[in-house]
Amino acid sequence: METIIEPARPAPDLRELWRYRELLYVLVLRDIRARYRQMALGPAWIALKPLITMVIFSLVFGGLAGLPSDGVAYPVFTFTALLPWMAFAEAARASAGSLVARMDVIAKVYFPRLVVPLAAVLAALLDLVVSFGVLLVLMAISGEGVLSWRWLLLPGYVLLAAATALAIGLWAAAAAVRFRDLRFAVGYLMQAGIYATPVAYAASIVPEPWLSALKLNPMFWVVEGFRWALLGTGTPPEPAMLIPLLAVGLALASGVVVFHRMERTIVDWL
Amino acid sequence: MIRVEGLGKRYRIGGEPTLRALLRSPRAALQHETIWALRDVSFIVQPGEIVGVIGRNGAGKSTLLRLLGRITAPTEGRAVLHGRAAALLEVGTGFHPDLTGRENVYLNGAILGMSRREIERKFEAIVAFAGVARFIDTPVKRYSSGMQVRLAFAVAAHLEPEILLIDEVLAVGDAAFQQKSLGRMGEAARAGRTILFVSHDMSAIAQLCSRAILLEGGHLAADGPADSVIGAYLGQTESVHIDEGVVAAQPQDAPIRIEAVAITPEAVGTGDPLTVRIHYRAAEPLAAPGFVVTLHDTLGVEVVRLSTLPISGFHIERIEGAGHIDLHIDSLPLTGGLYTLSLAVTRPRVDTLVALDRVATLRIAARDLYGSGVLLTRSRGVVPVAHRWSLHPSD
Repeated sequence: METIIEPARPAPDLRELWRYRELLYVLVLRDIRARYRQMALGPAWIALKPLITMVIFSLVFGGLAGLPSDGVAYPVFTFTALLPWMAFAEAARASAGSLVARMDVIAKVYFPRLVVPLAAVLAALLDLVVSFGVLLVLMAISGEGVLSWRWLLLPGYVLLAAATALAIGLWAAAAAVRFRDLRFAVGYLMQAGIYATPVAYAASIVPEPWLSALKLNPMFWVVEGFRWALLGTGTPPEPAMLIPLLAVGLALASGVVVFHRMERTIVDWL
Repeated sequence: MIRVEGLGKRYRIGGEPTLRALLRSPRAALQHETIWALRDVSFIVQPGEIVGVIGRNGAGKSTLLRLLGRITAPTEGRAVLHGRAAALLEVGTGFHPDLTGRENVYLNGAILGMSRREIERKFEAIVAFAGVARFIDTPVKRYSSGMQVRLAFAVAAHLEPEILLIDEVLAVGDAAFQQKSLGRMGEAARAGRTILFVSHDMSAIAQLCSRAILLEGGHLAADGPADSVIGAYLGQTESVHIDEGVVAAQPQDAPIRIEAVAITPEAVGTGDPLTVRIHYRAAEPLAAPGFVVTLHDTLGVEVVRLSTLPISGFHIERIEGAGHIDLHIDSLPLTGGLYTLSLAVTRPRVDTLVALDRVATLRIAARDLYGSGVLLTRSRGVVPVAHRWSLHPSD
């Protein structure tokens, strides 16, 4: 094995990333354990977070504002969307702040830095598995939802959410190294994003041309896809989906390159 | 093998720009004063060699190790490492305080590039080497800093990399663990591994390294046999070197602090008189304190131990405020070579209030004490003895 150390920036080495998969696994585990070890309720928090938001949304948007929910009980209607949305928001926020949070290790040991935001996204996705169990219980209680072949498409939607979160996280993490204020920008983006995505309301009440604008948002398709697959409402996959899909692909590829250019001198900036 | 060719690193100085500053005047925000921490450094380290890296603070030692450990990229030049490299820089490398010792061993091993199976196989040996078996399922935040360093070093030492980069980590462990670690590094080198070792402890460098490189202001100032490079570092005239960093590192809230240490004369040789002056300041009146001075040779053996109490029977009623205490040695009974001097203030037979380990390095000049033309260096024993021979053939 020969390592060459020089100022030039070689292309991102994805094979090296594969060699470090063990580290990815350990970091995800450490993330989850460290997060819930000191808490009295432990993993119950994962389920509690979307449940609390569901109750608030049900009271404000379903109750007070009386928003229609395509004939589905409003709590189940919004929880189905909150599920991928919250995992996505957490994944984007955690991966954007992950480099700064792991400075202690990064300053002392070499490993492909890409592992760090990747681990943050994976740890957030694990939350999704737990809250999906909660959703199944909710669906059983309320009698909402239809079991169909469409469930098999759910992993695809999760992958789209993860890719979007990672693209945002990589760009933000690389930029936040130079400009620290950007670290908080992702948090604000997520706060605004939940209203630019049909989480609290149904896409069916949005008039044109606003609907076409919403369809540029990749998370529109994730959230609507979850409803389409699980509840039989929502929006099925359409050709319009290709534009955000392509955009996410481009943002992810460029994000990996930008992140890689940054990672080699990251410690000099922090 | 490590091959370094014209390696250089330039750092920006000053804080990071904020987005606001960037929007206001992009050019000014992106412009920065720069400083070369390392420049035009070239050398080759062969397999099985242990090379010590010495130099004052800010000379570029840590920068060199960070470049070779791929923590950051160089600005110019290049380096080639043949074989798996592991860097052990500073204390508690990447431990998470909330996780247990066991979990941190796996985490740390994975960070250093070990597979889970490899860690499992070596787990018992790592824990035994660190001596933390009883606490392995306790969160590391409850470990002492010494225990954390021992565990971190144990993981790295069992990684069995072809190249090991070590930066001053051993300064934290106790004397016994330091010796164990130095022994482990020596074994690794005999097994054909390449080691680059940064330390302020000249006796450790002299003990472990056959070769040393000296950095001064980011440049390579000397490269050669450890003894002569250490000699160049300490200066041919300056044979007493006091490490101000050790003096400065004392805890601020200790009941007594050592404010300065002075050793006279500046050049000492075997049989010379020596005075050690310790300036102290006691925050509160201190009854019956003990002052301790020890000398260690390059093998870490304590060759001299002197204390006001109990060893010398010099009773001090009490001390209050600032002052100094002198230790006069009439004749230094040590052969030529490197020795380190440590100081401590104790409550005799109770506890240690403050300890300055290896605060000074003495390069004792060898003398021709026996008038034979042979300079008495460390290889001629530690203790010169007044003696005479007489031959009595029977018949």
